[in-house]
Amino acid sequence: MNLRTSCPDALLKALRFAKALPIALGIATASTNAFAQSYEFAEKEELKFGFIKLTDMAPLAIAYEKGYFEDEGLYVTLEPQANWKVLLDGVIDGQLDGAHMLAGQPLGATIGFGTQANIITAFSMDLNGNGITVSNAVWEEMKRLVPHDAQGRPVHPIGAQYLKPVVDKYRAQGRPFNMGMVFPVSTHNYELRYWLAAGGIHPGYYSPTDISGQIQADALLSVTPPPQMPATMEAGTIYGYCVGEPWNQQAVFKGIGVPVITDYEIWKNNPEKVFGVTEAWAEQYPITHKKVLRALIRAAMWLDANDNSNRPEAVQILARSEYVGADAKVIANSMTGTFEYERGDKRQVPDFNVFFRHYATYPYYSDAIWYLTQMRRWGQIATHQPDNWYHDVAKRVYRPDLYLEAARELIEEGIAPESGFPWKTDGYRSVQTEFIDNVPFDGRKPNAYLEQFSIGLKGKDTVQ
Amino acid sequence: MNDMTATSKNVVAAEPAPDKPSRKTLPEHGKVERTPFSIRLTRMLGLLGINFLIPVVKLATGESPRAQFKELWMTLGVPLVAVFVFLILWSWGASQVETSLGQIPGPPQVWDEFQGLMAEHAAEREKADAFYERQIARNEQRLAIDPTYEAKTRPYTGKPTYLDQIVTSLYTVFAGFLLATIIAVPLGILCGLSRTINSALSLLIQIFKPVSPLAWLPIVTMVVSALYVTSDDSWFDKSFLNSALTVMLCSLWPTLINTAVGVSSIDKDLTNVGRVLNLGFTTQVTKIVLPCSLPLIFTGLRLSLGVGWMVLIAAEMLAQNPGLGKFVWDEFQNGSSQSLARIMVAVFTIGIIGFLLDRIMLTLQKIFSFGEARL
Repeated sequence: MNLRTSCPDALLKALRFAKALPIALGIATASTNAFAQSYEFAEKEELKFGFIKLTDMAPLAIAYEKGYFEDEGLYVTLEPQANWKVLLDGVIDGQLDGAHMLAGQPLGATIGFGTQANIITAFSMDLNGNGITVSNAVWEEMKRLVPHDAQGRPVHPIGAQYLKPVVDKYRAQGRPFNMGMVFPVSTHNYELRYWLAAGGIHPGYYSPTDISGQIQADALLSVTPPPQMPATMEAGTIYGYCVGEPWNQQAVFKGIGVPVITDYEIWKNNPEKVFGVTEAWAEQYPITHKKVLRALIRAAMWLDANDNSNRPEAVQILARSEYVGADAKVIANSMTGTFEYERGDKRQVPDFNVFFRHYATYPYYSDAIWYLTQMRRWGQIATHQPDNWYHDVAKRVYRPDLYLEAARELIEEGIAPESGFPWKTDGYRSVQTEFIDNVPFDGRKPNAYLEQFSIGLKGKDTVQ
Repeated sequence: MNDMTATSKNVVAAEPAPDKPSRKTLPEHGKVERTPFSIRLTRMLGLLGINFLIPVVKLATGESPRAQFKELWMTLGVPLVAVFVFLILWSWGASQVETSLGQIPGPPQVWDEFQGLMAEHAAEREKADAFYERQIARNEQRLAIDPTYEAKTRPYTGKPTYLDQIVTSLYTVFAGFLLATIIAVPLGILCGLSRTINSALSLLIQIFKPVSPLAWLPIVTMVVSALYVTSDDSWFDKSFLNSALTVMLCSLWPTLINTAVGVSSIDKDLTNVGRVLNLGFTTQVTKIVLPCSLPLIFTGLRLSLGVGWMVLIAAEMLAQNPGLGKFVWDEFQNGSSQSLARIMVAVFTIGIIGFLLDRIMLTLQKIFSFGEARL
C-alpha cells in the first residue's frame, strides 16, 4: 500500500502531527524517529529469510537482534537452510522471501545455469571471509616445499604451486585428488579454481552435457555443504576445501587440517555473499524491499562501527545455536580480525571480514562481471558471449539503484553518513590488480580479461 | 491424542453388546458387592503399566511381605540397578572416546545441557513477551498515523525452543497418525470382510510396506509443493504437511494389516448371527465387526504410532522440517563443544517420549481388550 499516492493531503497533515507527537511526549528514541519519518509502510510485514550457517550471515542476525527490522515495521523470521540448493529453491518457490546468497547464485539463476529464475540483488553482504584448508597429511607434504621466514613460520600467501607436487604424486599413484567446495556457482568454487589454476593445477571444466566440473581436471572438485566440510575431510572423502568461516577455523580447533590461504590473499577485498530476492518479489513489494535494505545497511554499519568494536558482541550473537552455532572462540578468530593458520600461528588479517567499509555493501556491476567471467572461464557459460552480454546481465541482476534509494533515505534521516556510499561511481570499480597471480581485472572488458589466463576458456573456446 | 479418542468413541458406543456377557460371568463373587479398593487399584496400575507400584499396594494391604519384596525388587530394583550400571558404563566409555568436537559427553554434561536448554526456553519466552509489547506499541503508533491499518498480532519471530520443538514433533506425529488411522482402519475392515478386496490390495500393501520414509519424502515434498498453495493465512505450513504425510505413509501398514487380520478372524458364528438377524452393513460393522476386532486394531495402532514416531524424526532431519529431528541436525551442523551433549538430550527425549506413547497405546489396547485385563 503506497500511501504517498493514495491519499496525500489528509495523510501529510496526520504525518506532521505524528512526527511532532513523539517529540512532544518526550519519547523520541531512534526507533520512533525512524518510524515516524518513513510514512510509507511495508506491503508485506511478515517475512522469512533463509541463511546458511556462516559468519557472513551476520548482517541478517544483527538487523534482527538490534531491532532494525522491527524499526522498519518488518516482522522477520530467520531460518537456517540445509544447503545452498535448498535455499535457492526456497526463494524461487516463495517459501522464503529472500536469502543470504552466494554472489554467483542470482547470476547463475538468471542466465539459467542450474535452476532458471530471475533473481536480483541490491545488497552485497560482505567482502572476503573465505579460506582454503587442506588436511594434515597434505599439509605435511606441502610444508616441506613452502619457504619459511626467519622465525621459522611459513611465508604467506602460499600459492598452489606448492600443492602441485602433492597432487601429481596422488595422480601418479592413481588416487583422485578430491577437494570440496560449497556450490557450483559459489565464490568458493571460483576462488579455489583461481588459486589452483594460478599454481598450475587444472581444476576442470564444466560443459553443457557434463556438469560435474571435472573435465580435464587434475584436482576433482565436488560439492559439500559448508557445515559438513570439516567432518567430510575428517572422513577422508576430500583432502582439502574452500569454505567460509567458521569452518576453516573449525578445522584448526579440531586439529584435522590447516588453512593455507585466505581469499583476501587470493583477491584482496573480493565481494562475497549478497542478499537475493526474486525479481517478481522486488517488483511486487518495492517498499518492503527498500525497508529490508535500510535495515541491512544499518546492520552492516553496526558491524564495522568504530574499528570493529562491536565485533565481540556480534560473535556472541552468532555463536547462538539459532545462527551459526559454533563455539564463540572459533567464530571470534576470524570475526575479530585475526586468522589462525597452523595451530598457534595466528596472524592479523584486519580485513578478513568486511561488512561496510570499502563500500562493501554496494552492489558493483564489475563484481557481477568477475563472477560471469569465471563462469565462462570454467565452461559454465559454454560459448563465447560479447562484452555487452556481460554488462546486460550484470545490470539486470545487480541493482545499485535500489540500494542507493535506501541509502539516501538513511542519510536524510541522519542515520548514515553521506561518505559511506559511492555516489559518483558508474557501478564499475577501477582496474583491480591485487590478485595472487597479479592479473589485472577491468570489469569493462570481460573478454580481454579472460585472454590473460593460460588455464581456462577464452575467446571462442568450447570444451571438447 | 484426538485420533485415539475419535476411534475410541465409535468403540465405546459399540461396547455394550459383547460386554454384557462378560459381566454376567462374574457370579463367583456372588453378591453385587464391590471389589475391594486395593484390588481395583492394583488392576488399574497393571493397566497403566506401572507394575512396580503393585507390590507396594499389596504390601500396604499386608499381603505376604516376603513375596512382595521380591516382586518389588524384580519390577523396580533390577531396572534401577541396570540404569545405574548403564550410567557408569556410559561415563567410562564416554571418557575413552575423543572426537573432533571434544570428549563424548557423560551423564553430568548431558544433564547440564538439559538444564541449559530449559534456561534457554525461559529466556526465549521473556524475549517473546518483549516482542509482543513492542509490537503492540508499534501497532498503536501506526494506527495513529494510518487509521485504515488493520493491526494484527503476529506470532513471535524468534527461534523455537527445545520445548517448542517437542510440541511440534508431537503435534506432527499425531496428525500423521490420525490420517493413517482414518485410512487404514476402514480399508482394513474392507480387506477383512471381502476376500476379493483383500487379494486385490495385498500385493500393493506388501510392496509399499517396507519402503523407508527417506524414499517417500522427496516425492511427498514435490507433490505437496505442487498441490498445496500456501498463502499468509493457510492452515498448515508445507513443512508440516510434508512431515505429517510421510509419517502417514509409513505408519499406515501395521494398522491396515492388523485390522484386516482382526476382521477376517472373527468367529463365524457371530457373523452368521448377524446374517440371521438380517443386520444392515453398517450395523454389522459397528455392532459385530469393530468390537470383535478391536484388540488387533489396537495392536496395529500401537505399532503404527511407534513406527510413526521413528519415521518423524528421520523426516524432520532430512527435510529440515521443524521438530526434534531438525534440532538434532542443527546441533550436528553447529559443531560446537556443546553439540554432542545437546544431541544426547534429544536422544533421551525421543526415547522417553516414544516409550510414553507406547505405554499410552498399550493401556488403551488393554482397556479395549476383553477379559482378564478389564477393571
